[in-house]
Amino acid sequence: MTQPGLYHLLFISAALFFIGVYGFLTRRNLITMLMSVELILNSVNLNFIAFNKYLWPHRLDGVFFTVFVIAIAAAEAAVAIAIIINLYRSHQSIDVENAEELKY
Amino acid sequence: MSEFLLIMKNELVITFIIFLLLFIKLGKGMKNESLLSLIQFLLLLNVGQGFTFSEGNLFGNMFTNTEQIALEKNILNLGVYLISLLGAGWLKQHKHLPEFFMLMLSALLGMNFLISSGNLLIFFLSLELSSIPVAAMANFDLEKKASSEAAMKMILSSAFSSGILLFGISLIYGTTGTISFAELPAALNGSTLQILAFVFLFTSFAFKLSIVPFHLWTADVYEGAPIAVTSFLSVISKGSVAFIFITALYKVFSPLQQTWYNMLVILSIATMITGNLFALRQQNLKRFLAFSSITQVGFILFGISGGTNASTSAVIYFVLIYVFSNLAVFGVVSIVSSATGRETISDFKAFYQNNKLLSWVMALALFSLAGVPPTAGFFGKMFLIVAGAGNSYLWFLVIAALNLVVSLYYYLKVVRAIFMDKNDNPIEKITIGASEKLGLIICSAGIVLVGLLSWVYQYISQL
Repeated sequence: MTQPGLYHLLFISAALFFIGVYGFLTRRNLITMLMSVELILNSVNLNFIAFNKYLWPHRLDGVFFTVFVIAIAAAEAAVAIAIIINLYRSHQSIDVENAEELKY
Repeated sequence: MSEFLLIMKNELVITFIIFLLLFIKLGKGMKNESLLSLIQFLLLLNVGQGFTFSEGNLFGNMFTNTEQIALEKNILNLGVYLISLLGAGWLKQHKHLPEFFMLMLSALLGMNFLISSGNLLIFFLSLELSSIPVAAMANFDLEKKASSEAAMKMILSSAFSSGILLFGISLIYGTTGTISFAELPAALNGSTLQILAFVFLFTSFAFKLSIVPFHLWTADVYEGAPIAVTSFLSVISKGSVAFIFITALYKVFSPLQQTWYNMLVILSIATMITGNLFALRQQNLKRFLAFSSITQVGFILFGISGGTNASTSAVIYFVLIYVFSNLAVFGVVSIVSSATGRETISDFKAFYQNNKLLSWVMALALFSLAGVPPTAGFFGKMFLIVAGAGNSYLWFLVIAALNLVVSLYYYLKVVRAIFMDKNDNPIEKITIGASEKLGLIICSAGIVLVGLLSWVYQYISQL
Protein backbone atom coordinates (compact mmCIF):
# COMPACT_ATOMS: atom_id res chain seq x y z
CA MET A 1 0.00 0.00 0.00
CA THR A 2 1.41 3.37 -0.97
CA GLN A 3 1.51 6.38 1.32
CA PRO A 4 -0.78 9.28 0.43
CA GLY A 5 1.27 12.10 -1.08
CA LEU A 6 1.13 15.86 -0.66
CA TYR A 7 -1.22 16.28 -3.60
CA HIS A 8 -3.84 14.00 -2.11
CA LEU A 9 -3.90 15.96 1.11
CA LEU A 10 -3.96 19.30 -0.70
CA PHE A 11 -6.83 18.10 -2.84
CA ILE A 12 -8.84 17.10 0.23
CA SER A 13 -8.13 20.35 1.99
CA ALA A 14 -9.03 22.48 -1.04
CA ALA A 15 -12.24 20.49 -1.44
CA LEU A 16 -13.08 21.00 2.24
CA PHE A 17 -12.38 24.71 1.92
CA PHE A 18 -14.71 25.19 -1.00
CA ILE A 19 -17.41 23.00 0.50
CA GLY A 20 -17.20 25.26 3.52
CA VAL A 21 -17.43 28.41 1.41
CA TYR A 22 -20.35 26.97 -0.55
CA GLY A 23 -22.14 26.00 2.65
CA PHE A 24 -21.55 29.40 4.20
CA LEU A 25 -22.97 31.18 1.21
CA THR A 26 -26.00 28.97 0.59
CA ARG A 27 -27.19 27.76 4.00
CA ARG A 28 -29.68 29.94 5.85
CA ASN A 29 -29.48 28.34 9.29
CA LEU A 30 -26.98 30.09 11.56
CA ILE A 31 -25.67 26.92 13.19
CA THR A 32 -25.04 25.36 9.79
CA MET A 33 -23.23 28.49 8.68
CA LEU A 34 -21.03 28.21 11.74
CA MET A 35 -20.36 24.58 10.89
CA SER A 36 -19.29 25.65 7.40
CA VAL A 37 -16.79 28.08 8.92
CA GLU A 38 -15.42 25.21 11.01
CA LEU A 39 -14.97 23.22 7.80
CA ILE A 40 -12.92 26.08 6.37
CA LEU A 41 -10.74 26.24 9.47
CA ASN A 42 -10.19 22.48 9.45
CA SER A 43 -9.17 22.54 5.82
CA VAL A 44 -6.57 25.12 6.79
CA ASN A 45 -5.30 22.84 9.55
CA LEU A 46 -4.95 19.99 7.10
CA ASN A 47 -3.05 22.30 4.76
CA PHE A 48 -0.63 23.34 7.46
CA ILE A 49 0.06 19.81 8.60
CA ALA A 50 0.53 18.55 5.06
CA PHE A 51 2.95 21.33 4.15
CA ASN A 52 4.80 20.81 7.39
CA LYS A 53 5.21 17.07 6.90
CA TYR A 54 6.07 16.98 3.21
CA LEU A 55 7.81 20.27 2.42
CA TRP A 56 9.30 21.76 5.59
CA PRO A 57 9.78 18.91 8.06
CA HIS A 58 12.46 20.80 10.00
CA ARG A 59 10.42 23.94 10.66
CA LEU A 60 7.55 23.30 13.01
CA ASP A 61 5.67 26.57 12.35
CA GLY A 62 2.88 24.66 10.65
CA VAL A 63 2.15 22.42 13.62
CA PHE A 64 2.18 25.36 16.02
CA PHE A 65 -0.17 27.26 13.78
CA THR A 66 -2.61 24.36 13.76
CA VAL A 67 -2.75 24.23 17.55
CA PHE A 68 -3.52 27.93 17.71
CA VAL A 69 -6.13 27.72 14.95
CA ILE A 70 -7.99 25.02 16.87
CA ALA A 71 -8.00 27.15 20.02
CA ILE A 72 -9.16 30.26 18.17
CA ALA A 73 -11.88 28.30 16.38
CA ALA A 74 -13.22 27.18 19.75
CA ALA A 75 -13.23 30.74 21.08
CA GLU A 76 -14.93 32.05 17.98
CA ALA A 77 -17.58 29.34 18.11
CA ALA A 78 -18.26 30.11 21.78
CA VAL A 79 -18.89 33.80 21.11
CA ALA A 80 -20.87 33.04 17.96
CA ILE A 81 -23.13 30.57 19.75
CA ALA A 82 -23.71 33.04 22.59
CA ILE A 83 -24.76 35.62 20.03
CA ILE A 84 -26.97 33.12 18.22
CA ILE A 85 -28.72 32.18 21.49
CA ASN A 86 -29.39 35.83 22.16
CA LEU A 87 -30.69 36.23 18.61
CA TYR A 88 -32.98 33.27 19.16
CA ARG A 89 -34.36 34.90 22.31
CA SER A 90 -35.30 38.07 20.48
CA HIS A 91 -36.32 36.65 17.09
CA GLN A 92 -37.60 33.16 18.05
CA SER A 93 -35.64 31.78 15.10
CA ILE A 94 -32.09 31.13 13.97
CA ASP A 95 -32.80 31.55 10.29
CA VAL A 96 -30.89 34.48 8.78
CA GLU A 97 -33.88 35.31 6.58
CA ASN A 98 -35.83 36.26 9.69
CA ALA A 99 -33.19 38.68 10.92
CA GLU A 100 -34.15 41.53 8.64
CA GLU A 101 -34.34 44.67 10.75
CA LEU A 102 -31.33 46.27 9.10
CA LYS A 103 -31.50 46.73 5.37
CA TYR A 104 -30.27 49.00 2.60
CA MET B 1 13.30 40.41 32.04
CA SER B 2 13.33 44.16 32.50
CA GLU B 3 13.66 44.49 28.73
CA PHE B 4 10.48 42.46 28.36
CA LEU B 5 8.67 44.72 30.83
CA LEU B 6 9.78 47.89 29.08
CA ILE B 7 9.15 46.95 25.47
CA MET B 8 5.72 45.47 26.15
CA LYS B 9 4.78 48.19 28.63
CA ASN B 10 1.70 49.37 26.75
CA GLU B 11 0.24 45.89 26.49
CA LEU B 12 1.04 45.09 30.11
CA VAL B 13 -0.70 48.24 31.33
CA ILE B 14 -3.83 47.37 29.35
CA THR B 15 -3.77 43.82 30.70
CA PHE B 16 -3.44 45.22 34.21
CA ILE B 17 -6.52 47.41 33.71
CA ILE B 18 -8.48 44.44 32.38
CA PHE B 19 -7.62 42.38 35.46
CA LEU B 20 -8.45 45.27 37.76
CA LEU B 21 -11.89 45.53 36.19
CA LEU B 22 -12.32 41.78 36.53
CA PHE B 23 -11.60 41.96 40.27
CA ILE B 24 -13.93 44.93 40.69
CA LYS B 25 -16.63 42.91 38.97
CA LEU B 26 -15.97 39.90 41.17
CA GLY B 27 -15.93 41.97 44.33
CA LYS B 28 -18.81 43.83 45.90
CA GLY B 29 -19.34 46.04 42.90
CA MET B 30 -19.43 49.81 42.62
CA LYS B 31 -21.95 52.39 41.54
CA ASN B 32 -21.87 52.89 37.79
CA GLU B 33 -20.98 56.60 38.02
CA SER B 34 -17.94 56.12 40.23
CA LEU B 35 -16.83 53.06 38.29
CA LEU B 36 -17.03 54.99 35.04
CA SER B 37 -14.95 57.84 36.47
CA LEU B 38 -12.38 55.31 37.69
CA ILE B 39 -12.23 53.72 34.23
CA GLN B 40 -11.88 57.11 32.56
CA PHE B 41 -9.03 57.96 34.91
CA LEU B 42 -7.27 54.64 34.18
CA LEU B 43 -7.65 55.16 30.46
CA LEU B 44 -6.23 58.66 30.78
CA LEU B 45 -3.23 57.17 32.61
CA ASN B 46 -2.98 54.68 29.79
CA VAL B 47 -2.76 57.52 27.26
CA GLY B 48 -0.16 59.22 29.43
CA GLN B 49 2.10 56.19 29.70
CA GLY B 50 1.88 55.76 25.94
CA PHE B 51 4.11 58.80 25.44
CA THR B 52 7.08 56.91 26.86
CA PHE B 53 8.29 53.82 25.11
CA SER B 54 11.38 51.76 24.43
CA GLU B 55 12.27 50.26 21.10
CA GLY B 56 13.27 46.68 20.52
CA ASN B 57 12.32 43.17 19.46
CA LEU B 58 11.05 40.34 21.63
CA PHE B 59 10.50 36.58 21.30
CA GLY B 60 12.72 36.11 18.28
CA ASN B 61 11.30 39.08 16.31
CA MET B 62 7.71 38.05 16.94
CA PHE B 63 7.04 41.36 18.65
CA THR B 64 8.60 44.65 17.60
CA ASN B 65 8.26 48.12 19.00
CA THR B 66 9.55 51.30 17.37
CA GLU B 67 8.82 54.97 17.87
CA GLN B 68 6.34 54.91 14.99
CA ILE B 69 4.53 51.87 16.38
CA ALA B 70 4.39 53.46 19.82
CA LEU B 71 2.78 56.55 18.30
CA GLU B 72 0.22 54.43 16.45
CA LYS B 73 -0.62 52.59 19.66
CA ASN B 74 -1.07 55.81 21.53
CA ILE B 75 -3.46 57.15 18.88
CA LEU B 76 -5.61 54.09 19.55
CA ASN B 77 -5.33 54.58 23.35
CA LEU B 78 -6.46 58.16 22.92
CA GLY B 79 -9.42 57.04 20.84
CA VAL B 80 -10.56 54.59 23.51
CA TYR B 81 -10.26 57.29 26.19
CA LEU B 82 -12.40 59.64 24.09
CA ILE B 83 -15.02 56.93 23.58
CA SER B 84 -15.22 56.37 27.34
CA LEU B 85 -15.84 60.11 27.74
CA LEU B 86 -18.30 60.59 24.90
CA GLY B 87 -20.32 57.44 25.49
CA ALA B 88 -20.79 58.23 29.19
CA GLY B 89 -24.52 58.90 28.89
CA TRP B 90 -25.22 55.45 27.48
CA LEU B 91 -22.60 53.66 29.56
CA LYS B 92 -23.88 54.96 32.89
CA GLN B 93 -27.29 53.39 32.33
CA HIS B 94 -25.88 50.04 31.29
CA LYS B 95 -25.85 47.34 33.95
CA HIS B 96 -22.85 45.49 32.50
CA LEU B 97 -20.37 48.36 32.51
CA PRO B 98 -17.22 46.44 33.66
CA GLU B 99 -17.79 43.72 31.06
CA PHE B 100 -18.14 46.30 28.34
CA PHE B 101 -14.78 47.84 29.13
CA MET B 102 -13.17 44.44 29.58
CA LEU B 103 -14.20 43.52 26.07
CA MET B 104 -13.21 46.88 24.66
CA LEU B 105 -9.79 46.76 26.30
CA SER B 106 -9.26 43.17 25.14
CA ALA B 107 -9.90 44.36 21.62
CA LEU B 108 -7.51 47.26 22.19
CA LEU B 109 -4.91 44.81 23.49
CA GLY B 110 -5.35 42.74 20.36
CA MET B 111 -4.88 45.83 18.22
CA ASN B 112 -1.68 46.75 20.05
CA PHE B 113 -0.28 43.28 19.42
CA LEU B 114 -1.51 43.51 15.84
CA ILE B 115 0.46 46.67 15.14
CA SER B 116 3.55 45.23 16.82
CA SER B 117 3.37 41.80 15.23
CA GLY B 118 6.41 40.51 13.38
CA ASN B 119 5.11 37.08 12.51
CA LEU B 120 2.01 35.76 10.76
CA LEU B 121 1.10 33.66 13.81
CA ILE B 122 1.03 36.64 16.16
CA PHE B 123 -0.67 38.61 13.42
CA PHE B 124 -3.48 36.09 13.14
CA LEU B 125 -3.93 35.68 16.90
CA SER B 126 -4.07 39.41 17.54
CA LEU B 127 -6.42 39.99 14.63
CA GLU B 128 -8.82 37.51 16.21
CA LEU B 129 -8.34 39.05 19.65
CA SER B 130 -9.23 42.42 18.17
CA SER B 131 -12.33 41.24 16.32
CA ILE B 132 -14.08 38.62 18.48
CA PRO B 133 -14.69 40.91 21.50
CA VAL B 134 -16.06 43.61 19.21
CA ALA B 135 -18.74 41.23 17.99
CA ALA B 136 -19.73 40.55 21.59
CA MET B 137 -19.78 44.30 22.24
CA ALA B 138 -22.10 44.85 19.28
CA ASN B 139 -24.66 42.77 21.15
CA PHE B 140 -24.65 44.99 24.23
CA ASP B 141 -28.11 46.44 23.73
CA LEU B 142 -29.32 43.07 24.88
CA GLU B 143 -33.03 43.58 24.45
CA LYS B 144 -32.89 45.30 21.05
CA LYS B 145 -33.50 43.10 18.01
CA ALA B 146 -31.24 45.19 15.78
CA SER B 147 -28.31 44.83 18.16
CA SER B 148 -28.29 41.04 18.14
CA GLU B 149 -28.72 41.03 14.38
CA ALA B 150 -25.73 43.34 14.04
CA ALA B 151 -23.63 41.11 16.29
CA MET B 152 -24.63 38.05 14.29
CA LYS B 153 -23.61 39.69 11.02
CA MET B 154 -20.35 40.86 12.52
CA ILE B 155 -19.27 37.52 14.01
CA LEU B 156 -20.18 35.55 10.91
CA SER B 157 -18.39 37.87 8.52
CA SER B 158 -15.33 38.07 10.74
CA ALA B 159 -15.21 34.28 11.14
CA PHE B 160 -15.50 33.84 7.39
CA SER B 161 -12.83 36.42 6.69
CA SER B 162 -10.46 34.84 9.20
CA GLY B 163 -11.01 31.49 7.47
CA ILE B 164 -9.99 33.06 4.17
CA LEU B 165 -7.01 34.74 5.85
CA LEU B 166 -5.86 31.41 7.27
CA PHE B 167 -6.10 29.68 3.94
CA GLY B 168 -3.92 32.41 2.47
CA ILE B 169 -1.39 32.09 5.30
CA SER B 170 -1.26 28.32 4.87
CA LEU B 171 -0.48 28.70 1.16
CA ILE B 172 2.22 31.26 1.94
CA TYR B 173 3.70 28.88 4.49
CA GLY B 174 3.57 26.08 1.96
CA THR B 175 5.33 28.02 -0.79
CA THR B 176 7.94 29.79 1.33
CA GLY B 177 8.36 27.69 4.47
CA THR B 178 8.39 30.69 6.78
CA ILE B 179 5.85 32.84 8.57
CA SER B 180 8.22 35.51 9.85
CA PHE B 181 7.82 39.03 8.46
CA ALA B 182 11.59 39.46 8.31
CA GLU B 183 12.23 36.36 6.20
CA LEU B 184 9.19 36.55 3.92
CA PRO B 185 10.31 39.27 1.43
CA ALA B 186 13.37 37.25 0.42
CA ALA B 187 11.35 34.06 0.09
CA LEU B 188 8.54 35.48 -2.05
CA ASN B 189 9.14 35.03 -5.78
CA GLY B 190 5.79 36.01 -7.28
CA SER B 191 4.67 32.55 -8.35
CA THR B 192 1.00 32.07 -9.17
CA LEU B 193 0.25 30.24 -5.95
CA GLN B 194 1.82 33.03 -3.90
CA ILE B 195 -0.26 35.63 -5.71
CA LEU B 196 -3.37 33.57 -4.99
CA ALA B 197 -2.36 33.38 -1.33
CA PHE B 198 -1.78 37.13 -1.29
CA VAL B 199 -5.23 37.72 -2.76
CA PHE B 200 -6.72 35.66 0.07
CA LEU B 201 -4.81 37.71 2.64
CA PHE B 202 -5.81 40.94 0.96
CA THR B 203 -9.45 39.82 1.03
CA SER B 204 -9.42 39.45 4.76
CA PHE B 205 -7.85 42.89 5.17
CA ALA B 206 -10.58 44.18 2.89
CA PHE B 207 -13.21 42.63 5.17
CA LYS B 208 -11.75 44.31 8.24
CA LEU B 209 -11.30 47.69 6.54
CA SER B 210 -14.69 47.31 4.78
CA ILE B 211 -13.30 47.88 1.33
CA VAL B 212 -15.86 47.42 -1.45
CA PRO B 213 -16.91 44.61 -2.39
CA PHE B 214 -16.44 43.31 1.17
CA HIS B 215 -18.25 46.20 2.84
CA LEU B 216 -21.70 44.69 3.10
CA TRP B 217 -21.61 43.99 6.83
CA THR B 218 -20.47 47.53 7.71
CA ALA B 219 -23.66 49.55 7.42
CA ASP B 220 -25.81 46.96 9.17
CA VAL B 221 -23.41 46.52 12.06
CA TYR B 222 -22.96 50.28 12.47
CA GLU B 223 -26.69 50.87 12.57
CA GLY B 224 -27.56 48.02 14.89
CA ALA B 225 -24.73 48.25 17.40
CA PRO B 226 -24.74 50.72 20.32
CA ILE B 227 -23.13 54.03 19.32
CA ALA B 228 -20.09 53.61 21.57
CA VAL B 229 -19.36 50.33 19.79
CA THR B 230 -20.00 51.86 16.38
CA SER B 231 -17.50 54.62 17.04
CA PHE B 232 -14.97 52.06 18.31
CA LEU B 233 -15.44 50.01 15.15
CA SER B 234 -15.27 52.88 12.74
CA VAL B 235 -12.26 54.65 14.22
CA ILE B 236 -10.06 52.40 16.37
CA SER B 237 -10.61 49.14 14.55
CA LYS B 238 -10.21 50.70 11.09
CA GLY B 239 -7.14 52.63 12.21
CA SER B 240 -5.31 49.64 13.61
CA VAL B 241 -5.99 47.51 10.55
CA ALA B 242 -4.87 50.36 8.28
CA PHE B 243 -1.56 50.57 10.19
CA ILE B 244 -0.79 46.86 9.92
CA PHE B 245 -2.00 46.87 6.31
CA ILE B 246 0.75 49.36 5.49
CA THR B 247 3.38 47.24 7.24
CA ALA B 248 2.17 44.12 5.45
CA LEU B 249 2.21 45.74 2.01
CA TYR B 250 5.40 47.78 2.29
CA LYS B 251 7.61 45.49 4.35
CA VAL B 252 6.32 41.95 3.89
CA PHE B 253 4.85 41.88 0.39
CA SER B 254 7.22 44.36 -1.20
CA PRO B 255 8.24 41.85 -3.92
CA LEU B 256 4.63 41.78 -5.11
CA GLN B 257 4.36 45.57 -5.35
CA GLN B 258 3.03 45.65 -8.93
CA THR B 259 0.27 43.22 -7.97
CA TRP B 260 -0.92 45.06 -4.92
CA TYR B 261 -0.64 48.44 -6.59
CA ASN B 262 -3.11 47.39 -9.29
CA MET B 263 -5.43 45.87 -6.70
CA LEU B 264 -5.31 49.05 -4.63
CA VAL B 265 -6.15 51.25 -7.62
CA ILE B 266 -9.23 49.23 -8.56
CA LEU B 267 -10.49 48.72 -5.01
CA SER B 268 -9.86 52.32 -4.04
CA ILE B 269 -11.94 53.62 -6.94
CA ALA B 270 -14.72 51.11 -6.23
CA THR B 271 -14.68 51.96 -2.51
CA MET B 272 -14.80 55.72 -2.97
CA ILE B 273 -17.58 55.63 -5.55
CA THR B 274 -19.76 53.04 -3.79
CA GLY B 275 -19.37 54.69 -0.40
CA ASN B 276 -20.32 58.06 -1.85
CA LEU B 277 -23.32 56.80 -3.82
CA PHE B 278 -24.78 55.00 -0.83
CA ALA B 279 -24.05 57.80 1.61
CA LEU B 280 -26.08 60.19 -0.56
CA ARG B 281 -29.35 58.38 0.06
CA GLN B 282 -29.08 57.52 3.77
CA GLN B 283 -31.51 58.90 6.33
CA ASN B 284 -30.21 57.27 9.51
CA LEU B 285 -27.14 59.16 10.74
CA LYS B 286 -25.29 56.03 11.87
CA ARG B 287 -25.82 54.42 8.50
CA PHE B 288 -24.79 57.63 6.80
CA LEU B 289 -21.58 57.69 8.82
CA ALA B 290 -20.97 54.04 7.95
CA PHE B 291 -20.99 54.76 4.23
CA SER B 292 -19.02 57.94 4.63
CA SER B 293 -16.40 55.97 6.57
CA ILE B 294 -16.24 53.54 3.65
CA THR B 295 -15.44 56.52 1.44
CA GLN B 296 -12.73 57.65 3.85
CA VAL B 297 -11.18 54.17 3.64
CA GLY B 298 -11.12 54.64 -0.13
CA PHE B 299 -9.03 57.79 0.35
CA ILE B 300 -6.74 55.94 2.77
CA LEU B 301 -6.21 53.31 0.06
CA PHE B 302 -5.38 56.08 -2.39
CA GLY B 303 -2.70 57.30 0.02
CA ILE B 304 -1.38 53.79 0.63
CA SER B 305 -0.97 53.20 -3.11
CA GLY B 306 1.84 55.77 -3.09
CA GLY B 307 4.19 53.22 -1.57
CA THR B 308 6.66 55.63 0.05
CA ASN B 309 7.45 56.77 3.57
CA ALA B 310 5.35 59.85 2.88
CA SER B 311 2.32 57.58 2.47
CA THR B 312 2.94 55.93 5.82
CA SER B 313 3.13 59.24 7.63
CA ALA B 314 0.16 60.63 5.70
CA VAL B 315 -1.96 57.66 6.76
CA ILE B 316 -0.92 57.94 10.42
CA TYR B 317 -1.66 61.68 10.36
CA PHE B 318 -5.00 61.10 8.66
CA VAL B 319 -6.03 58.46 11.19
CA LEU B 320 -5.11 60.83 14.05
CA ILE B 321 -7.38 63.51 12.58
CA TYR B 322 -10.05 60.95 11.78
CA VAL B 323 -10.08 59.88 15.45
CA PHE B 324 -10.89 63.44 16.52
CA SER B 325 -13.40 64.32 13.82
CA ASN B 326 -15.31 61.06 13.60
CA LEU B 327 -15.49 60.66 17.37
CA ALA B 328 -16.83 64.20 17.67
CA VAL B 329 -19.66 63.41 15.23
CA PHE B 330 -20.40 60.11 16.95
CA GLY B 331 -20.24 61.88 20.30
CA VAL B 332 -22.93 64.36 19.33
CA VAL B 333 -25.09 61.63 17.78
CA SER B 334 -24.65 59.53 20.92
CA ILE B 335 -25.58 62.39 23.27
CA VAL B 336 -28.70 63.17 21.24
CA SER B 337 -29.66 59.54 20.84
CA SER B 338 -29.31 58.65 24.52
CA ALA B 339 -31.28 61.75 25.54
CA THR B 340 -34.08 61.58 22.95
CA GLY B 341 -33.68 58.32 21.02
CA ARG B 342 -33.70 60.17 17.67
CA GLU B 343 -30.95 59.56 15.15
CA THR B 344 -32.14 60.33 11.61
CA ILE B 345 -30.99 63.32 9.58
CA SER B 346 -34.47 64.81 9.46
CA ASP B 347 -34.61 64.72 13.28
CA PHE B 348 -31.60 66.99 13.24
CA LYS B 349 -33.41 69.71 11.27
CA ALA B 350 -33.24 73.01 13.13
CA PHE B 351 -31.03 71.38 15.75
CA TYR B 352 -29.22 74.71 16.08
CA GLN B 353 -32.32 76.35 17.50
CA ASN B 354 -31.99 74.73 20.93
CA ASN B 355 -28.49 73.26 21.03
CA LYS B 356 -25.94 75.86 19.97
CA LEU B 357 -22.76 74.20 21.30
CA LEU B 358 -23.53 70.72 19.99
CA SER B 359 -24.40 72.13 16.57
CA TRP B 360 -21.11 73.98 16.29
CA VAL B 361 -19.09 70.92 17.32
CA MET B 362 -21.03 68.79 14.83
CA ALA B 363 -20.49 71.35 12.04
CA LEU B 364 -16.77 71.61 12.80
CA ALA B 365 -16.36 67.84 12.77
CA LEU B 366 -18.35 67.44 9.56
CA PHE B 367 -16.26 70.13 7.88
CA SER B 368 -13.16 68.28 9.00
CA LEU B 369 -14.48 64.99 7.62
CA ALA B 370 -15.30 66.70 4.33
CA GLY B 371 -11.87 68.35 4.23
CA VAL B 372 -12.69 72.05 4.32
CA PRO B 373 -9.53 74.19 4.75
CA PRO B 374 -9.16 75.64 8.22
CA THR B 375 -9.87 72.29 9.88
CA ALA B 376 -7.36 69.49 10.23
CA GLY B 377 -9.30 67.23 7.87
CA PHE B 378 -8.17 69.36 4.96
CA PHE B 379 -4.50 68.82 5.77
CA GLY B 380 -5.06 65.10 6.33
CA LYS B 381 -6.74 64.70 2.94
CA MET B 382 -4.13 66.89 1.28
CA PHE B 383 -1.19 64.83 2.53
CA LEU B 384 -2.99 61.61 1.58
CA ILE B 385 -3.67 62.83 -1.95
CA VAL B 386 -0.13 64.20 -2.36
CA ALA B 387 1.36 60.92 -1.10
CA GLY B 388 -0.81 58.88 -3.46
CA ALA B 389 -0.34 61.20 -6.44
CA GLY B 390 3.41 60.71 -6.55
CA ASN B 391 2.98 57.23 -7.93
CA SER B 392 -0.38 57.27 -9.63
CA TYR B 393 -2.07 57.59 -12.98
CA LEU B 394 -3.58 60.98 -13.70
CA TRP B 395 -7.09 59.61 -14.15
CA PHE B 396 -6.89 57.91 -10.75
CA LEU B 397 -6.06 61.26 -9.17
CA VAL B 398 -8.96 62.93 -11.02
CA ILE B 399 -11.43 60.30 -9.80
CA ALA B 400 -10.24 60.76 -6.20
CA ALA B 401 -10.61 64.54 -6.46
CA LEU B 402 -14.11 64.24 -7.94
CA ASN B 403 -15.11 61.94 -5.09
CA LEU B 404 -13.89 64.53 -2.62
CA VAL B 405 -16.36 67.00 -4.13
CA VAL B 406 -19.23 64.53 -3.93
CA SER B 407 -18.48 63.80 -0.28
CA LEU B 408 -18.48 67.53 0.43
CA TYR B 409 -22.08 67.63 -0.84
CA TYR B 410 -23.51 65.10 1.56
CA TYR B 411 -21.58 66.28 4.60
CA LEU B 412 -22.86 69.78 3.98
CA LYS B 413 -26.38 68.42 3.58
CA VAL B 414 -26.29 67.46 7.26
CA VAL B 415 -24.87 70.88 8.19
CA ARG B 416 -27.66 72.54 6.20
CA ALA B 417 -30.27 70.44 8.00
CA ILE B 418 -28.84 71.53 11.36
CA PHE B 419 -28.54 75.25 10.66
CA MET B 420 -30.97 76.22 7.90
CA ASP B 421 -33.90 73.85 7.62
CA LYS B 422 -37.18 74.53 9.37
CA ASN B 423 -38.69 71.99 11.72
CA ASP B 424 -41.96 72.11 13.68
CA ASN B 425 -40.67 69.73 16.31
CA PRO B 426 -36.95 70.40 16.82
CA ILE B 427 -34.92 68.50 19.39
CA GLU B 428 -35.27 70.03 22.85
CA LYS B 429 -32.35 71.53 24.73
CA ILE B 430 -30.09 68.74 25.90
CA THR B 431 -28.00 69.08 29.02
CA ILE B 432 -24.50 67.77 28.44
CA GLY B 433 -22.71 65.90 31.20
CA ALA B 434 -19.24 66.93 32.33
CA SER B 435 -17.36 64.04 30.76
CA GLU B 436 -19.15 64.40 27.44
CA LYS B 437 -18.30 68.09 27.48
CA LEU B 438 -14.64 67.30 28.15
CA GLY B 439 -14.63 64.77 25.31
CA LEU B 440 -16.17 67.23 22.87
CA ILE B 441 -13.67 69.92 23.88
CA ILE B 442 -10.73 67.55 23.32
CA CYS B 443 -12.12 66.52 19.94
CA SER B 444 -12.72 70.11 18.79
CA ALA B 445 -9.29 71.20 19.99
CA GLY B 446 -7.79 68.27 18.12
CA ILE B 447 -9.67 69.13 14.93
CA VAL B 448 -8.41 72.70 14.99
CA LEU B 449 -4.91 72.28 16.39
CA VAL B 450 -3.62 69.13 14.68
CA GLY B 451 -3.96 70.89 11.36
CA LEU B 452 -2.53 74.25 12.38
CA LEU B 453 0.44 73.06 14.45
CA SER B 454 2.91 72.06 11.78
CA TRP B 455 5.22 70.17 14.15
CA VAL B 456 2.65 67.38 14.49
CA TYR B 457 3.07 66.37 10.87
CA GLN B 458 6.78 67.02 11.00
CA TYR B 459 7.13 64.72 13.99
CA ILE B 460 5.12 61.97 12.27
CA SER B 461 7.02 62.30 9.00
CA GLN B 462 10.49 62.08 10.56
CA LEU B 463 9.72 58.73 12.23
